Amino acid sequence: MSDPGALVVGAILVIPVVSAVLLAFLPDDRTTARLNVLGTLLTLLCAIALFFVRPEPGLFLIVDDVNVVFIVLNTFVGFTTSVFSGSYIAHELETGRLTHVYLRFYHAMYQTLMFAMNLALLANNVGLMWVAVELATLTTVLMVGIYRTHEALEAAWKYFILGSVGIALALFGTILVYLASSTVIGEGLEAMAWSVLVQRAWAFDPALLNLAFVFLLLGYGTKVGLAPLHAWLPDAHAEGPTPISAVLSGLLLNVALFALLRFKMVMSANAGALAPGPLMVSLGLVSVVFASFMLYRRDDIKRMFAYSSIEHMGIISFAFGMGGPLANFAGLLHMIMHSLTKSAIFFSVGHIAQVKGTQKMDDIGGLTVSHPVLGWGLILGVITIVGLPPMGIFMSEFLILTSTFARHPVLAVVLGFGLLIALGALLYRLNGLAFGEVHGASAPARASYVPMFTHLGLVLAAGIFLPAPLVSWFQHVAELLR
Amino acid sequence: MDRFALDLAHLFAGGLVLVSFMLLYQDRMFSLLNTFALHAFVVSVSVAWQAHIQSAPHLYITAAIALIVKAIVIPVVLHRIIVRLGIHRDIETVVGIGKTMLVGIGLVALSILVMLPITSAEGTLVREDLAFALSVILLGLLMMVSRRNAVGQVIGFMSIENGLILAATGAKGMPLVVEISVAFSILIALIVIGIFLFRITERFDSVDIYALDRFRGERP
Repeated sequence: MSDPGALVVGAILVIPVVSAVLLAFLPDDRTTARLNVLGTLLTLLCAIALFFVRPEPGLFLIVDDVNVVFIVLNTFVGFTTSVFSGSYIAHELETGRLTHVYLRFYHAMYQTLMFAMNLALLANNVGLMWVAVELATLTTVLMVGIYRTHEALEAAWKYFILGSVGIALALFGTILVYLASSTVIGEGLEAMAWSVLVQRAWAFDPALLNLAFVFLLLGYGTKVGLAPLHAWLPDAHAEGPTPISAVLSGLLLNVALFALLRFKMVMSANAGALAPGPLMVSLGLVSVVFASFMLYRRDDIKRMFAYSSIEHMGIISFAFGMGGPLANFAGLLHMIMHSLTKSAIFFSVGHIAQVKGTQKMDDIGGLTVSHPVLGWGLILGVITIVGLPPMGIFMSEFLILTSTFARHPVLAVVLGFGLLIALGALLYRLNGLAFGEVHGASAPARASYVPMFTHLGLVLAAGIFLPAPLVSWFQHVAELLR
Repeated sequence: MDRFALDLAHLFAGGLVLVSFMLLYQDRMFSLLNTFALHAFVVSVSVAWQAHIQSAPHLYITAAIALIVKAIVIPVVLHRIIVRLGIHRDIETVVGIGKTMLVGIGLVALSILVMLPITSAEGTLVREDLAFALSVILLGLLMMVSRRNAVGQVIGFMSIENGLILAATGAKGMPLVVEISVAFSILIALIVIGIFLFRITERFDSVDIYALDRFRGERP
């Protein structure tokens, strides 16, 4: 392990594990919240180091141009969310919604989740990737149920059952991929190494690959939250602690989509196999249109933004399904912008729900008057997420729409329709939340605004100016994704 | 591979599908548990036999895990939970058993029709194993949707995992990492389930998930 790259990769995986163990046993609340932040910060620093040193791809782990962006994004949002989590959890302790024992459990699970997601992104072995996604699912199930209320239990149970079935289907797909590859590559670990799969995929049996991809799409698609496999998502987002909603929306959905992308690359490398694009495009479009209409009838603020996540995952799947350098570029950009924006929105929503003592939108009003910083933060977040200029999401959505118009105008019209419906719904709701009479309970906010505005600032910066090296990097990855 | 080895492997895999059907029509909690133990036992025998004919000793570990954890530990633990909670009454099903069985037969036919043509390049053993494994998975899914009871759903889920193990061992030379982790994740899943069952009863005095469904999320 003298290779510095291997050391860095090892650190990315070991730091969360060590932190999880420490956090499970340390009793003091203040220290543990800080230690949680420290753990995620160290992981982030190691992830950034991957830009400079990179290990040789092994049979189990790989760092390549595709996943390095996602690892950095993952650890970055993990870090900012842990900062937000510190102030959020302090409030939950005061109000007695969480006890000390549960807090230790929460922190340990948070780090375990970070470990699982990093492992899923780093994995070269498709079996290992599956294990990591399963571990991430189990930890989030436990965290969604942590408040032990009626609703939280129902949400966690639903998530557990649907998530497990999805993950079981994904494993069957993985086994089929191995079967297709082992006849060409030979038995053993090589036949599961993703980097080898992509190179040799042209020789695989197309029929087996097709069937495998259907299972993988349904399996990982459940985790991505694509309609009609999304039933677990709104409940899980609404009933768990808000930092978990932020991590679920911002990161875990991305990780599942990333797994799908890896397999999509294998599929497109085989000329005889079914083109994965149309499947992803149709699932994506269904999600966008369905989720946009569902946005109108929400009463619960976290549930509403959960539907917005379904919509955006649909947009991203649509973009990658369209394929081609431009759409892939836009998809990648949108994935990153959505992660940053949606977690920022959940940061503000988390504090809003705390100061108002409710998640019901009818009981929240006039936030710009009662809590100006939170209120304007929410407004900024919603403006960003609906895709108004000059924010980064405007740019990625614009790219997706224009590139689609050039190739399949009808699809672009449907997508644009969905986007407008969602825009209407969110702005209409925002009006009630942020402006008008102040009503509902109100407590002074003791919030950490830094994570929220850091994210929104980054999205704004990306919307105005993307540095050239970043653009060429994205273009390179988009080429790789095909 | 000689004919006898093939036939026996075939027998075990087919037996697993049969036990999956048996799971479908159990209407008592304890008999459901016992049938699941049988299901896990058949899987472990099947995996052990595969280990023998493929001369892949690591598969014996998978077989042992299936036998110890799923055929013995989990049924015993669930048995205790059920006794302690006093819920060993009849299991309510959503659809009638006759209809469920018919759908099950259709699913088995479907999986054979799907799997056999596309795996024509593989050996006989792999093809039939995969077709049976897919049947077990689909039957497990059917069981999960046709049971109202949380314990019934969990057992349905574990029978899906058994089907996956059958598929994984059928795929020749698949590295150990997956098998062990499958078994491992089942253990974790049990912990989750245990906590859930405990919490659910603490709140509702029932593991009937319809009790959970009273709250539809959006109503006040």
